Amino acid sequence: MASPILMPALSPTMEEGTLARWVKKEGDVVKPGEVIAEIETDKATMEMEAVEEGVLGRILVTEGTDHVAVNTPIAVLLEEGEDASAADGLDLGPKAGSASKVEKNVPAQTPAPQAPASTSTTDLVEPEWGETAEITVREALRDAMAAEMRRDEDVFLLGEEVAQYQGAYKVSQGLLDEFGAKRVMDMPITEHGFTGMAVGAALSGVKPIVEFMTMNFSLQAVDHIINSAAKTRYMSGGQMSCPIVFRGPNGAAARVGAQHSQCFGSWYAHIPGLKVVAPWSAADAKGLLRAAIRDPNPVVVLENEIMYGKKFPCPVDEDFILPIGKAKIEREGKDVTLVAFSIMVGVALEAAELLAEQGIEAEVINLRTLRPLDTETIIKSVKKTNRIVSVEEGWPVAGIGSEICTVAVEQAFDWLDAPPARVCGLDIPLPYAANLEKLALPKPEWIVEAVRKQFGD
Amino acid sequence: MGSMTDAPNRQNGPALSREEMERAYREMLLVRRFEEKAGQLYGMGLIGGFCHLYIGQEAVVAGIGLAMKKGDRSITSYRDHGQMLVAGMTARGVMAELTGRSGGYSHGKGGSMHMFSKEQEFYGGHGIVGAQVAIGTGLALTSAYKKDGAVSIVYFGEGASNQGQVYESFNLAALHKLPCLYVIENNRYGMGTSIERSSASKDLSKNAAPWGIPSRKVDGMDVAAVYQAAKEAMEHCRSGKGPFLLEMETYRYRGHSMSDPAKYRQRSEVDEMRRTRDPIETLKAEMIKHGIDEAFFKAVEQDVKATVKDAAEFAETSPEPDASELWTDVLVGE
Repeated sequence: MASPILMPALSPTMEEGTLARWVKKEGDVVKPGEVIAEIETDKATMEMEAVEEGVLGRILVTEGTDHVAVNTPIAVLLEEGEDASAADGLDLGPKAGSASKVEKNVPAQTPAPQAPASTSTTDLVEPEWGETAEITVREALRDAMAAEMRRDEDVFLLGEEVAQYQGAYKVSQGLLDEFGAKRVMDMPITEHGFTGMAVGAALSGVKPIVEFMTMNFSLQAVDHIINSAAKTRYMSGGQMSCPIVFRGPNGAAARVGAQHSQCFGSWYAHIPGLKVVAPWSAADAKGLLRAAIRDPNPVVVLENEIMYGKKFPCPVDEDFILPIGKAKIEREGKDVTLVAFSIMVGVALEAAELLAEQGIEAEVINLRTLRPLDTETIIKSVKKTNRIVSVEEGWPVAGIGSEICTVAVEQAFDWLDAPPARVCGLDIPLPYAANLEKLALPKPEWIVEAVRKQFGD
Repeated sequence: MGSMTDAPNRQNGPALSREEMERAYREMLLVRRFEEKAGQLYGMGLIGGFCHLYIGQEAVVAGIGLAMKKGDRSITSYRDHGQMLVAGMTARGVMAELTGRSGGYSHGKGGSMHMFSKEQEFYGGHGIVGAQVAIGTGLALTSAYKKDGAVSIVYFGEGASNQGQVYESFNLAALHKLPCLYVIENNRYGMGTSIERSSASKDLSKNAAPWGIPSRKVDGMDVAAVYQAAKEAMEHCRSGKGPFLLEMETYRYRGHSMSDPAKYRQRSEVDEMRRTRDPIETLKAEMIKHGIDEAFFKAVEQDVKATVKDAAEFAETSPEPDASELWTDVLVGE
């Protein structure tokens, strides 16, 4: 049966082109893959190949014609033995189907699609866990991994120095002895490779915990965290899942210089398909890491080296776990809301003490999770205190504080008595010199100053 | 250990049984006709964005497909339609994903470069050159961890073979003796850059030698040679000896993607390959020698044509995904 040959689109953006030359003439036999014409696009001259076998019956658009729209019939292909008149009955108008003509499932004027309402975090009530014992954050992290590895044989730990060395920061101490080399795997210094490998393992049925010696080295593997882990569920239409944890110390340590001192909170919190938690206390560390390991999604756990040795009371209950996505009010107050995460929670609590001496009662929110952000707890607090200051160690531009202040303005503008304020690390690579490093990171006095400004001082 | 042999051709002994030849022919023809149709739909604006066709390389996936067992996993780059069809994914589902419709494997959310099938153990479909090599090594880690007896086939091009993570993966797979078959599809051009201009290593099959990974260079235009090499390599992997590398010398007839003006090679080079080395014609000639008659080829041609036509119709008529699909599948459990 005779069929039209259409002007092809030869690039993602092409809408029309020039029919530069006919390589085949009327009456020529053409086979799939044979060049029949040359088409000029805005970028290049391309060869057009035949798709079907047949005889070039009639040329409808002569060579040299400009502005030939995609999908315009340019010739008629006859089956062998057919007469050119077989084309007479053909509809040779422009064909439906071009990107510009296909009827889209989108009305012409629509508001931006709204995300479905997220479930309320007020339902995430933390039960009373009862008795506590003082342990370090380091021990809490180790206990969390050990508990989950006992609970689920598919959970295993891999990273540099996690096994025989017992962890570069001793977080994995004792795990090799208990679980053996199969489940506590030392990796060569090859973050890109072993992170990609761990993602592949997670996609195919096991649950790796990837330890980065520090999160700075996750930059070597960032493609796999974002492009391979976070996006695959979506790109597969929900077929694949990637239950994996990426954890390690984040932020400034102590005089280790610019390449080993930065916060990745806003980097990873930016990515749909990831969850991001940032524990402060031992209870945070244990409860959130257990939740991260159990979560069927990729979760980034941002720890802090300085906090590893700090002791906190932590529930001893074997089932102790914390919900991802729920912030904690560490100190109640009525005059200003301080929002912080990780090591900065402690700094904010110190600032609250100083403010109390000045008669200002600050409420301190420990975010615990950076994605999804518990905006409900933040907004509820702002509506009570009418002032908000975010505190983070990371840089100010497009930081977590930028997000918190935006949320406050968007959702509680009428309750605000002062512009929201951010306290951040200085907008510079972190210096090595002891005095300069100290000057570059937020301290309680900076927070006090930001709050006093909100009170008009 | 290095390269076991440089012989580019099949070894002695029976090449393929009649049944294997018929299956390979059918699969290669399906991939060829499917891709031709995809090219046509792209030209009509029904397929958008990037679309990388597999035409010319069919013997690689068909030969390896013959050697694979149920449960074996596979993963590749963005030139992935051939792998998917041979893995047993339906022509309808793949074509509808190309047109971005709800009937596609990813409900239209992945496109040509991003399709997966849990059922067929196909893990994508990756748009970042070389990323699938590390991820594929992880598929093999799961097998080692769970002792499930599967082999993971990790396809990548000679262009990807310059990526650092490929060698990180070789090291990890060799260290942990992972059942991983690495397959370099050397089609001579990484986009528009020929192998001579991109790789100081002139024999890619030797690229895994420093890690003691055995390897072989194979005529990737000969499905029987591919099958024999893959069978032997997969037996090696399955027996717990660790990874294996096959370099397939193959050729793509079409451009890197649909928008490739192909100024980096002569048309005569493509024509010469098509005329003398075409994998489908080569197998057909072999089959005729074995007494398989024209009726078989005609029937397969008709059958494949019908499958592809049906897939195209499905892909054109399947509705676009509903706007509510925007928000689904971002996270598990939401």
